[in-house]
Amino acid sequence: MKIGEHDWHLDPLGKHIWRGRMEAGQLLALARAVKEEGGQLIALWGADNRHLSRGFAIHAALLTSAGLVWVTCALPDEAPAYPDLAHIFPQADRMQRATFDLLGITATGAVDGRKWLRHTAWAEDEFPLRKDFSPLSAHRSPPAAVDAYPFIRVEGDGVHEIAVGPIHAGTIEPGHFRFSVIGERVLRLEQRLGYTHKGTEKRFEGMDLATGAKLAGRVSGDSHIAYAWAYCMAVETATDSQVPDRAVWLRALFLEIERIANHLGDLGYLGNDVALAFGFMQFWRLKEDWLRLTAKLFGHRYLFDRIVPGGVAVDIGDGGRAELAAEADRLEAEVHSLKAIYDDHATLQDRFTNTGVCKPDLAARLGLTGLAGRASAQAWDARAQFPQAPYDQLDVNMATQRRGDVLARAEVRFSEIHESLRLIRDLLARLPAGDLHAPLKPVRDVCEGLGWVEGWRGEVLVAVRIGADGRLDRVHPHDPSWQNWPLLEIGILGNIVPDFPLINKSFNLSYSGPDL
Amino acid sequence: MATHLILQKIFKTGFVSEPAPQADLALRTREQALHTEILKIFGQSVAIRHVDAGSCNGCELEIHAINGPHYNIEGMGVKFVASPRHADMLLVTGPVSRNLEVALKRAYDATPEPKWVVAMGDCGCTGGMFGETYATCGKVSSVIPVDVEVPGCPPTPIALLQGILAAVSQNKTSTAS
Repeated sequence: MKIGEHDWHLDPLGKHIWRGRMEAGQLLALARAVKEEGGQLIALWGADNRHLSRGFAIHAALLTSAGLVWVTCALPDEAPAYPDLAHIFPQADRMQRATFDLLGITATGAVDGRKWLRHTAWAEDEFPLRKDFSPLSAHRSPPAAVDAYPFIRVEGDGVHEIAVGPIHAGTIEPGHFRFSVIGERVLRLEQRLGYTHKGTEKRFEGMDLATGAKLAGRVSGDSHIAYAWAYCMAVETATDSQVPDRAVWLRALFLEIERIANHLGDLGYLGNDVALAFGFMQFWRLKEDWLRLTAKLFGHRYLFDRIVPGGVAVDIGDGGRAELAAEADRLEAEVHSLKAIYDDHATLQDRFTNTGVCKPDLAARLGLTGLAGRASAQAWDARAQFPQAPYDQLDVNMATQRRGDVLARAEVRFSEIHESLRLIRDLLARLPAGDLHAPLKPVRDVCEGLGWVEGWRGEVLVAVRIGADGRLDRVHPHDPSWQNWPLLEIGILGNIVPDFPLINKSFNLSYSGPDL
Repeated sequence: MATHLILQKIFKTGFVSEPAPQADLALRTREQALHTEILKIFGQSVAIRHVDAGSCNGCELEIHAINGPHYNIEGMGVKFVASPRHADMLLVTGPVSRNLEVALKRAYDATPEPKWVVAMGDCGCTGGMFGETYATCGKVSSVIPVDVEVPGCPPTPIALLQGILAAVSQNKTSTAS
């Protein structure tokens, strides 16, 4: 496949997904070619392949006009290194640092060599994702009290720092935010994440395929379906297994249910953060009704473990279809009436407008993705451009805005709720008959696959390698929050500290997803 | 005009709050000395500080949910507060990640005595799917003392409320109010 002037020898691996191997030296040229044609780096991760006598490896997933390109470069056993990609795609920075912390693979020439996921739980010369690292805790000493992390200091007359977290004042995940401010105005924000690092990737190693789906769904619980589906897609590609049509359609139904639930919650909290408690109560009433119906129809409020390798674990009957369609109609009218109130509410509009702005050109340069990207004119939605089944039969309308502020991110959520409701009606009306589940083909040799799902927050990727024993050898789940967290540092600049909660909520990024 | 629309919506919606569930005393893992005495001090209310000690954020979804209108927790005297120094109870989620172990201990120390700890979710109760590894300490009780464990992945809002109320209930016959 040609990208730029060069033919990169990529092979198709599932629909809209391309696979290639190259020398580490070629990675830069590929990244430049992708950047020049307007593409993005989505994910970067490493692997220890020494047990397969293949040294180490660095993997990159790039978004191009032809779909997703997954390339791998083999690296030597000793001093594995690859060229820095962050000067081309700034979003690579934290992924490169995490890859070093977990595997000891170096990005040569990287400007920022600070640790990222490592705090004090393991030593500088230990690398948890190396196969010879013992994951057991018995020999571990209690962590040092202070994680000395070199924050970048802002100096000058009247500058002071506000340190927030890791434990925040609300019901939020833990992370540390270091604000440098003059008066109320933010000069700089620096994030320190990794507090929820649970060793998820190590945990996958040696797991059977069915249990792996459960763990994948718990990488970031609010995106359970997106992760479970991406994981299963990867496993099904790796084993060359077919999933029955009905199961694929039900997966899409679950994904849209999850999108609506999250968007409803966020719209409520956005109201709450500008002191419109009415908005919170109304949207959370609607969300609760939605979750209860989900539990009634499928047995779990958030559909945990309803997607399994080879299909789905639960069906919907005719009664359930009618009930869900009726609830979709009711919800549509309710959201419409609340939108009229948000549109008309002067304080809310004043607080939302021009707050936390990420302009389109900056968003493109830094790789802003998903929902937040679409609010800054980054028109990517895998469901629309690179649809996997059944989205290839659904004709998804993408929601975009150009303003890149809190208002734009709220508007995208409103539009996506309506589009998801339309999709749900369509999915219910045209749901094919058939089985819910087909057994996976047996694994005979080492095999690999990639899953790519447009979750409510953005694209979720799961790369899987299965060993010859049929168990998981390496799993890397990628959360869109990797790319979007650094944009929050930019979006807050020049805003006042009290607007931070509002701006933060308008992105609503995952901590657990990228902390892994 | 927004005010008019808001009032119209409020009246049209009516009350959606439901009666409080009963405490589920089976979720208690230990009985603190002076339990009855403590309850006299607290009266009818409990202030909760939530600490995510490494959760996948699934449990957080349900903590948000109980703050919604169906559950009317403030009507039961349950209130979430911003600082452990204002709290009577820590509600802890997640397997405790080693990167958050120190912060959790500090939050516990900052919470004034007497206090309760409720561990929420399968991970908080047992370590769940993440277990005890180089990166996590597993269940909450391996790091701080726990009074009530609420299993589930995630526990439903009702189960969570039954657990919170179990911590602050008088005895086996009392009900939530």
